[in-house]
Amino acid sequence: MLKTFPIGGIHPPENKLTANIAIEYLPVPESVTIPVSQHIGAPATVIINKGDYVRTGQILATSKGFVSANIHSSVSGRVNKIDTVIDTTGYKQVAVFIDVEGDEWMETIDRSNEIVTDIILSPEEITKRCLESGIVGLGGATFPSHVKLTVPDGKKCNILIINGVECEPFLTSDHRLMLEKGEEVLIGVSILMKALRVDIAKIGIENNKPDAIEHLTKLATAFKGITVHSLKVKYPQGAEKQLIKALINREVPSGHLPLDVGAVVHNVGTAYAVYEAVQKNKPLFERVVTITGKSLASPGNYFVRTGTPISKLIEAAGGIPDDTGKIVNGGPMMGKAVNNIDVPVVKGTSGIILFPRNESERSEVHPCIRCAKCTSACALNLEPYLLMTLSEKGLFERAEQERITDCMECGACSYICPAGRPLLDYIRLGKSSVIKMVRERNMK
Amino acid sequence: MNPTILITIISLSLLALIASVILYFVAQKFKVYEDPRIDEIQEILPAANCGGCGYAGCRNFAEALVKADTFDGLNCPVGGAEVMGLAAQILGKEALAVDPLVAVLLCNGTPEYRPRTSKYDGAVDCRISHSLYIGETDCSYGCLGYGDCVRACEFDAMYMDTTTELPVIIDDKCVACGACVKACPRNILELRKKAKKDRKIYVACSNCDKGGPARRACKVACIACGKCVKVCAFDAITIENNLAYIDANKCTFCRKCVTECPTNSIIELHFPPGKPKVEVQNETVNG
Amino acid sequence: MSNLLNISPSPHAHGEVTTKKLMYGVILALLPALFTSVFYFGIGALIVTATSIVSCMLFEYLIQRFILKKPLSINDGSALVTGLLLAFNLPSNIPIYIIIIGSLVAIGVAKMTFGGLGNNPFNPALVGRVFMLISFPVQMTSWPVPAGFKTGYADAITGATPLAIIKEGIKNGESLSQLMDKIPTTFQMFLGKMGGSMGEVAAIALLIGFAYLLFKKIITWHIPVSILGTIAIFTTILRVFNPESNADPMFHLLAGGVLLGAIFMATDYVTSPMNPKAMIIYGCGIGILTVIIRVYGAYPEGVSFAILIMNAFVPLMNAYIKPKRFGEEVKNG
Repeated sequence: MLKTFPIGGIHPPENKLTANIAIEYLPVPESVTIPVSQHIGAPATVIINKGDYVRTGQILATSKGFVSANIHSSVSGRVNKIDTVIDTTGYKQVAVFIDVEGDEWMETIDRSNEIVTDIILSPEEITKRCLESGIVGLGGATFPSHVKLTVPDGKKCNILIINGVECEPFLTSDHRLMLEKGEEVLIGVSILMKALRVDIAKIGIENNKPDAIEHLTKLATAFKGITVHSLKVKYPQGAEKQLIKALINREVPSGHLPLDVGAVVHNVGTAYAVYEAVQKNKPLFERVVTITGKSLASPGNYFVRTGTPISKLIEAAGGIPDDTGKIVNGGPMMGKAVNNIDVPVVKGTSGIILFPRNESERSEVHPCIRCAKCTSACALNLEPYLLMTLSEKGLFERAEQERITDCMECGACSYICPAGRPLLDYIRLGKSSVIKMVRERNMK
Repeated sequence: MNPTILITIISLSLLALIASVILYFVAQKFKVYEDPRIDEIQEILPAANCGGCGYAGCRNFAEALVKADTFDGLNCPVGGAEVMGLAAQILGKEALAVDPLVAVLLCNGTPEYRPRTSKYDGAVDCRISHSLYIGETDCSYGCLGYGDCVRACEFDAMYMDTTTELPVIIDDKCVACGACVKACPRNILELRKKAKKDRKIYVACSNCDKGGPARRACKVACIACGKCVKVCAFDAITIENNLAYIDANKCTFCRKCVTECPTNSIIELHFPPGKPKVEVQNETVNG
Repeated sequence: MSNLLNISPSPHAHGEVTTKKLMYGVILALLPALFTSVFYFGIGALIVTATSIVSCMLFEYLIQRFILKKPLSINDGSALVTGLLLAFNLPSNIPIYIIIIGSLVAIGVAKMTFGGLGNNPFNPALVGRVFMLISFPVQMTSWPVPAGFKTGYADAITGATPLAIIKEGIKNGESLSQLMDKIPTTFQMFLGKMGGSMGEVAAIALLIGFAYLLFKKIITWHIPVSILGTIAIFTTILRVFNPESNADPMFHLLAGGVLLGAIFMATDYVTSPMNPKAMIIYGCGIGILTVIIRVYGAYPEGVSFAILIMNAFVPLMNAYIKPKRFGEEVKNG
């Protein structure tokens, strides 16, 4: 019996078109725009100036406060300007514009292909190295990793969980990373285990990646405490709380963090980035991005430098198809639609999906037939039909009681609704209004 | 008469009598004293309960009026001067002259002037769209056109024009209650002083981007060139954050700024067509 | 406009299921029962069904177009389902005008006055049925018995349903063992060889429909299983205490409209609760009320009333019986 989370979930078509395509290195573009906020928390403070020459891996902006991250240059060249760029939301963010000259890396980075297995840094040094290297969660949430590795007093961590699930359809970057850089990933996991001072690590992988499961299981025999687990294919298995429930049967209490049940969750991409940071002294400025879509000529997986405009990825995949109706940054369930292909790739970009026109339009909205499919799809056992009505009518106090803030915005409810109702749109509105209301209430 | 009927009538009448006596005494004992003037005032208020006065319903406003020393800061926009005058009579206080206001949309980004660069397909709600995207155009400040303001209006004073994709305010029906202003997530609706013949002059733009991006996004955007400020003889126009704003209290409707504006961002409404630009020898020209 | 990129909030994918597909799935699940009743009751069954469906859809069209002036929604199939289920509650020889009146009440009063699909608190087909039962008691209680394929519409031979036989018999003081000869055997009831409304017969056809609905994930098991389970348990208890005046559980499950009600009427989306916990309580309530009405009440059949009574409680259940949220706080922390 494959492990899974007991409540809710949906089964969208997997569409893993690029699962068997090996990762290639996308050529460095002519210019990059590197936003100073590629993470949750305060944007980083720029420390270089216009006209400066920077090298690949050089720090451009330092983290502001604890919950923040450093930003490094992904290329070598001259800083053209420090200006605003339109990011995924369409709103403007401050970014460093660099005109690329060659590809000169910082000498401190170990560029050899040798896999370094011995972990010589102490736990505190590991956390410090993660902070210095600008490591953030690469699953998409981009939460600064050094914060997760710092266990506050009074809390205890006894297990590390590694998220190799990749439950979103279309995306295959984690899959390929596990297959091609399996050993590095596992060393990264061991580094994280050392930093957290735990002896057990469980890697959860969905059952639609049997080659990755087999490969990592074989490699994991050489590592102490790391086990690989096969999970049933169900969305949103990759959500933190659902993954913890499925792997170790612990339920993270509402409003709390995984650390409150003794677990810390990291993505396999983050583990790989941690390996590179700790063993190779390479900061985070590059990641695997899937470029995919049914109409693309040659979809694939690429190592991309941050700041590269997504137009370069689309070019490498054969150019933008004529029937493109929507471009999504991320997965189809939680990603953001963009209308501008100059948007730069950032640390949180896991994939770019191009949808043909006939799959880009939403269906017509009909009245709610009270079929309760949304309730049965919700993995957190919330009642989306009710939360939507409350948000629409502005009844935010009741919405707070119905735990609207628990919602992780996975989109399963909107996906399954037969009447095509925009459940998640209104729930998001309700969430932000309730959070604002609670903040105002606490200030009094 | 049938004894049953007689007994029924007597017993029920007795019950009714006892009940009314009890109710009378209970009503007296638990009576809450309320100033009778509150009821009087509530009678003359419009009973729209729209909140335009800033209070939660007409009764609440009536209480506030009775308790207040002066009518400073108290005004019913729906009832207007007439109602405030009556209230002043009842309470023996002085009614303050308050300028009537009307709602105005500070945006003129029709599809003709402000090209659409993407197609929004989500829930038709301005708050939702605003929190996620800049909208279907390149202007992140302009009207989204999904009608939150129209839905908020309880006086049927607004409707969405399908050609311009902007809300239209019906001046006669607008009571300046402020519901639409609160509903707009971009804060581009404003309550401005109502002039005679419903004349208005205002900068129909809310774009705070620099001139270049603003103009690229919309043909009638304010580019903060400052020409209007220079030409206004009454100091009614100020520029802040790359956006010009006309103070309705200082504006004398001379219309010089309207002709001066290079992008036609300033709008004049309900004026006769302007005099043709003829050179007149003996007229002094300002600035 | 057509070559602009779409932007919309996530999710950017949508499932295949639509309201129309769900409604047509229900219709498909009802087809075996329709065939069985035509087989047993003849052409009358077809005429009644067709009239009911056509009048339901027609009334919905007329009301939406001329009275409410709202966009038409007869394409979504819900009026069709109401018409079909209403027909299944009727005897196959009922006069046409009664069907039309019943459809008007079902669609006009029970559904449209509340705001159309999604807003009605009571099951429209059942409201129509109960209205017809109370207004035309004679025509609504003369049930045809299966007698081969009848080509004439009104050629039905009427007789009492098994439940009525038991009820009347017990009132007259006969004991159950005496009555057992007069009612069909369990096997006969399973196959549907008994008198009753068009949908009450052929347990096997209804169960095939149930399996189809479960397979297509149109309904979940909670409501039907809790209704049938409660009836089974309750009647077993009664039977144990007084075997002479109570029929056995299998009889109660197969006789009357229990299967039709449990599988198709109580599971109506709009009028049933929205989460599994509440659904089970709802089902138990219906089961208990059905048995009480059957055994102690004046009517031989209680499912329609039981469902309507429980429909009234559904908003209360939705408000107070909530699913256990993921990570619901435990008091000790």
